Amino acid sequence: MRFTNTFRVALRALRRNTMRSILTALGIIIGVAAVITMVSIGNGAKAMVEAQVASLGQNLITVMPGSFSSGGMRSGFGFSPTLFPEDFDAIAADVEDIDGASPEVRDSQQVLANGLNWRTNVNGVGPDYPYVKNWPLTAGAMFSDQEVKSLAKVAVIGKVVAEQLFPNEDPVGQNIRIRNLPFRVIGVLGPKGVTPWGSDQDDIVLVPYTSHMRRISRRTSVSSIQIQASTPETIDKVKTAVEDLLTQRRRGREPDFIVRTQEELANTFTATNRTMTLLLACIASVSLIVGGIGIMNIMLVSVTERTREIGIRLAIGAHGKDVLTQFLIEAVLLSTMGGVMGVLVGIGASQLVAQYMGWPILVSTLSVIIAVSFSASVGVFFGFYPARKAAQLDPIDALRYE
Amino acid sequence: MAPVVQIKDIHKIYDSGEIPVHAVRGVSLDIHRGEMVALMGASGSGKSTLMNVLGCLDRPTRGTYLLDGINIGELDRNELADLRNQKLGFVFQGFNLLARTTALENVELPMLYGRHRKHSSKEIRQRAMHCLDIVGLANRHDHFPNQLSGGQQQRVAIARGLVNEPQVLLADEPTGNLDSRTSVEVMGVFQKLNEQGITIVMVTHELDIASYCKRNLILRDGVVVRDEPVPNRLIAEHETRKLKEAEAAAKLIAHNAA
Repeated sequence: MRFTNTFRVALRALRRNTMRSILTALGIIIGVAAVITMVSIGNGAKAMVEAQVASLGQNLITVMPGSFSSGGMRSGFGFSPTLFPEDFDAIAADVEDIDGASPEVRDSQQVLANGLNWRTNVNGVGPDYPYVKNWPLTAGAMFSDQEVKSLAKVAVIGKVVAEQLFPNEDPVGQNIRIRNLPFRVIGVLGPKGVTPWGSDQDDIVLVPYTSHMRRISRRTSVSSIQIQASTPETIDKVKTAVEDLLTQRRRGREPDFIVRTQEELANTFTATNRTMTLLLACIASVSLIVGGIGIMNIMLVSVTERTREIGIRLAIGAHGKDVLTQFLIEAVLLSTMGGVMGVLVGIGASQLVAQYMGWPILVSTLSVIIAVSFSASVGVFFGFYPARKAAQLDPIDALRYE
Repeated sequence: MAPVVQIKDIHKIYDSGEIPVHAVRGVSLDIHRGEMVALMGASGSGKSTLMNVLGCLDRPTRGTYLLDGINIGELDRNELADLRNQKLGFVFQGFNLLARTTALENVELPMLYGRHRKHSSKEIRQRAMHCLDIVGLANRHDHFPNQLSGGQQQRVAIARGLVNEPQVLLADEPTGNLDSRTSVEVMGVFQKLNEQGITIVMVTHELDIASYCKRNLILRDGVVVRDEPVPNRLIAEHETRKLKEAEAAAKLIAHNAA
């Protein structure tokens, strides 16, 4: 029997029981829609994390204070005073293949201006900071090396701080007061958004780290050192060089610092994400299998119902193969139509999620192709047994079947 | 010319139950081209089993069956299917048309299998229309079986049986589900086809239907007990005329009474 004819016969058989066909396909529709939606959400989240990690800066290497022990008491990572401006100077002077570096001293302070006040992050950084963090200014300029050296009372403020303290005027040239000291605003940072862990990066005031340490926080250590490697290929080399240099500077003491690359940071996020996507894909696959069993069930019913029809076809010269193809095509058609519907429903659901939950969505073509071909193979797999059962019927018995 | 059906000492034993059933016990039979044979017998006489063997739907346990010179005992399932498709036409008691499928598509069905698969759909359509024309239903080609009367459905089934130009047209109680008037009509179609040279073998348990055939075979307990030509063969055309006259008369009487 020719393929087009078989195809037409299968379509007609499905149309004959429209409601039943739709209900049968529903299992597949839900399964595929679930896969598409989950993968879209997963991809969207992944893309967002990647974008955010990229926005932190390119080829970024971060040196953080490690654990140190003092009189037998060991501190945890990240908070101990073990990194000093001298470490930064040494890195800036000796490590090759770096495009820029800046220390970072983090603090939180009440900032006053204009009769308004605002509690914000006041960070002491070096002149390279906006460059290293890939964070251009929208107005004014960053402070210079000279201003760092001279402990100048100058500040570059983030977008949020500018909006809060200078709602109606240009902040550049104005004074803000931190710890009762006047700092002249010389620049405004461009918008950067929210970090993957949820804090608003634009809520910030940058001052020279020297001024910060002497005039504001009175600290001797820095919170971290940010280094930008010149190319992605040199990241590992720079990391090793920084580690060697700092270790050498510790003169045999236990290393009290950690060096992290941006890639390592991004990996943590994507790994979590991948686990979630995989988990959801597993759940969706289960529903596809359940849908497939539904198809098998209906195909078995269909074979029984149409025993006489099969008998007629066999009696007038159909081969077992012809009957097998007919029922197999019917099953594949059912599951593929379910798959296509599922893709549409899935894309629709993804859009809804994007619109109402505000989650980023990325429908990947690959997941659509995989979902449709997987549903087609579900049809082949679960349709084969009923189709073979039909093909192996004895024409005499089939004709006599009531 | 060699007979189109040659059966030699055929036995059919069913082994499925506890006791083997010997349904056909040694039937030998030659049917020549252009014959119109009625196979008669009470139920359990083995006529259906013999019909299944003749129709190549079943293989005999013993004995040989040559259809148009081909020994069907040597063929596998698919070769038997091709043989049924090319050399035999089937007409069943229950019409066995595909529901929700037009008369024309029902007639086209045998051409979709077997050697005809290389025909274009236009050729297939033309042939099917031609066969519907032979049974006088060309104008009803787009009707579904449930829109046709029993007699019309059976004529569609006959057209389906003819469409591959078979050597033998096999009919299993073709009038079993029809009233006497329609039965005569269907027998008329068979007689017309037979006049055109088509060999017809039918199973029936109605004596008057059998008397439209040229040769009657009576089976009892799996053996042929009588094989003879029909002496006073009924001609469907005459019978239809007689019936029409009788009906007209009945209407006349009814009219007068009122």
